[in-house]
Amino acid sequence: MAEKSAGKTMTGAGILWECIEREGVTHVFGYPGGAILPAYDALKHSKIHHVLVRHEQGATHMADGYARASGKVGVAVATSGPGATNMVTGIATAMLDSSPIVCITGQVGSKLIGSDAFQETDITGVTLPVTKHNYLVTHASEVARTIREAFYVARSGRPGPVLVDITKDAQQTSCEFDWDAAKPQLPGYRPDLSPEQKEYEQALDLIHNAKRPVILAGHGIIISGAMNEVREFAEKAGIPVALTLLGIGAFPAAHPLNLGMMGMHGEAWVNHTIQEADLLLAFGMRFDDRVTGTLKTYAPNAKKIHIEIDPAEINKNVKVDVPLVGDLREVLHELLPHVESIDRSEWLDSIDKLKGDSAVRDIQNLPDSGHLYAAHVINDLWRETREGETVVVTDVGQHQMWEAQYYKHEKPRSLITSGGLGTMGFALPAAIGAKVARPEAEVWVVVGDGGFQMTLCELATIVQEKLKVNIAIINNGFLGMVRQWQEFFYERNYAATPLLNPDFAKLGEAYGIRSMTVSERSQVVPAVRNAREHDGPVLINFRVEQEDTVYPMVAAGAALHEMIRRPSKIVETATDE
Amino acid sequence: MLNTFVVYVENKPGVLTRVASLFRRRAFNIDSLTVGRTEKPEVSRMTITVDADRDQAKRIEANLYKLVNVLLVENITNEPAIVRDLAMIKVAATHEARSHVLELASVFRARVVDVAPESLTIEITGAEDKIDGLLDVLRPYGVLEMVRTGIVAMRRGKASSMAATLGNDDQDIAEEGVSQSV
Repeated sequence: MAEKSAGKTMTGAGILWECIEREGVTHVFGYPGGAILPAYDALKHSKIHHVLVRHEQGATHMADGYARASGKVGVAVATSGPGATNMVTGIATAMLDSSPIVCITGQVGSKLIGSDAFQETDITGVTLPVTKHNYLVTHASEVARTIREAFYVARSGRPGPVLVDITKDAQQTSCEFDWDAAKPQLPGYRPDLSPEQKEYEQALDLIHNAKRPVILAGHGIIISGAMNEVREFAEKAGIPVALTLLGIGAFPAAHPLNLGMMGMHGEAWVNHTIQEADLLLAFGMRFDDRVTGTLKTYAPNAKKIHIEIDPAEINKNVKVDVPLVGDLREVLHELLPHVESIDRSEWLDSIDKLKGDSAVRDIQNLPDSGHLYAAHVINDLWRETREGETVVVTDVGQHQMWEAQYYKHEKPRSLITSGGLGTMGFALPAAIGAKVARPEAEVWVVVGDGGFQMTLCELATIVQEKLKVNIAIINNGFLGMVRQWQEFFYERNYAATPLLNPDFAKLGEAYGIRSMTVSERSQVVPAVRNAREHDGPVLINFRVEQEDTVYPMVAAGAALHEMIRRPSKIVETATDE
Repeated sequence: MLNTFVVYVENKPGVLTRVASLFRRRAFNIDSLTVGRTEKPEVSRMTITVDADRDQAKRIEANLYKLVNVLLVENITNEPAIVRDLAMIKVAATHEARSHVLELASVFRARVVDVAPESLTIEITGAEDKIDGLLDVLRPYGVLEMVRTGIVAMRRGKASSMAATLGNDDQDIAEEGVSQSV
């Protein structure tokens, strides 16, 4: 053991901030209340900047956006009871997308626990299935070690949310603080697994014998920081790359080996390529049902290699031939020197042929009907902002899929979106977190009119924090994706999907945000330029075609190659199969 | 098929809830779960039996390891092991039935732990099927009450995984070669 460093006496609240600071945190997102008041009182001695949110859900999404934009751990703070339960959606969002956040909640005094005291909730019980780990701290002397463990667990291995619930008396009482003595003690926690030698050999054997291999690039690439390794691997082995939604940015969109997004709203040729492949190389992805379609017919002729840090993902959805459990970057480092260059031009040419008529179905190439389509907005936004360091934060629904299709991301952490949980209301607060983490970046919120109204209270946070965040509302007056499902699968019975909206531009003005409404394509670029030139936040209400549809679409439970395609006057067939 | 896991966990509040919650959330069906102390005060030991195929069993193991407080997981389903369940069975035993019940208990090497005018309480330890067997023959007399602990299991032989993995000074206590079936 190292020599014991001299401790000093501090309150639990003081220790809390001291430890958070030592973990490298500069900003936290929170909302005060009774049980967390001692911690807020102690904040005055800390260098940490506290961002006051308008709802605790927003605090968690901000911490999440902060984490995804920077790769660092985001921190959200709330009081007990309703403050803590308001965090649950944000915690679950971070859990499903493996985002490292630490949530600090106040708890009633330890003597009151179990008495149904005012604002008492068993938040460790409530969040047990949606956190990577959680803690209840009842003594000031436990604060330091718990915070150190929380940060370590949140960011190591497969990252995820950790909640630390601290009783009011644990914040108030004093004890000796000794950072070095409070080292994490996690004897059962093993985030650093690596594959066996024979598994590497089996993988290389499959790679070298494959005629039609595809890389499935997931979020794990970005988390692991393996962008260069993936690129080198793909180029050396001549293997094309398909992306998951959260994998967007992990491989440059403009790269000749980039096929585009796979899955439910992936490009048709990408899904066909996967179905025709003889080898899938899954890099840091988890075969979510949104990317596989029905498992019965998924990539029927393909062997599968799964490089994944979480052993519980192996064989969960898709049975794999060779699992390589470990950090993706390290595993690729091991593989790369042994990967042989193989000419796969025949396979790549055949994929080009698969692209076939897709381009003529693309809405950008359809005759101009005078209507404003979301695809136009996003495509123009991309053209205007592609040169700089832009982070687009999307919500959930049609606009999210259009963004994924029409905004070409070249860099990691340039798209932030809620994938696994599909949390509406995510975009606006997550964008605040992203802007706080990377103030030099140009941050755009792309959000639907439905999701925007779930967390629009955070407009006030943007103004109060003087953040330059641009907001593009893709306003079609519907809960668009639900409406689309109703159109396809419920005989156009638009039950509870039409939205009566406020005037979003007036709403923005009420918050002191420069706001405008755009309803013609010719106004899109001037509006985007106007927003970029203004040094404060800007809100643009894009009134787009109401009953537009995201194509192609693999219906839930259908095979990946059975896609509903955009009807076209040029191409008569409505579906591929 | 029924899988038997031995799970070593940190002896901390809430760990049982975490394990139980995991099985519920992933829709794995627990057949039996027991938990108790071990030779190390900071470690508790669970024996969990679950109906699962081979792939599921592997995922259960991987998911258990994802719990930060889980130290070691062993699937001993296909390993030589001692598996024991304990039951207390209260049987109606009138004057004329009493001797029959006592006889049956002795055949099964069960012990009578309480005698009352109208009943006997029998304690039996053994593999589950042995207890089921006794229960079957007692039923005609009238089983008034029964409680079973659920199984506990331990691998035969010297090997102590916890000692190997977590370090244990008392590793040499176990003797090899005394692993006869009892």
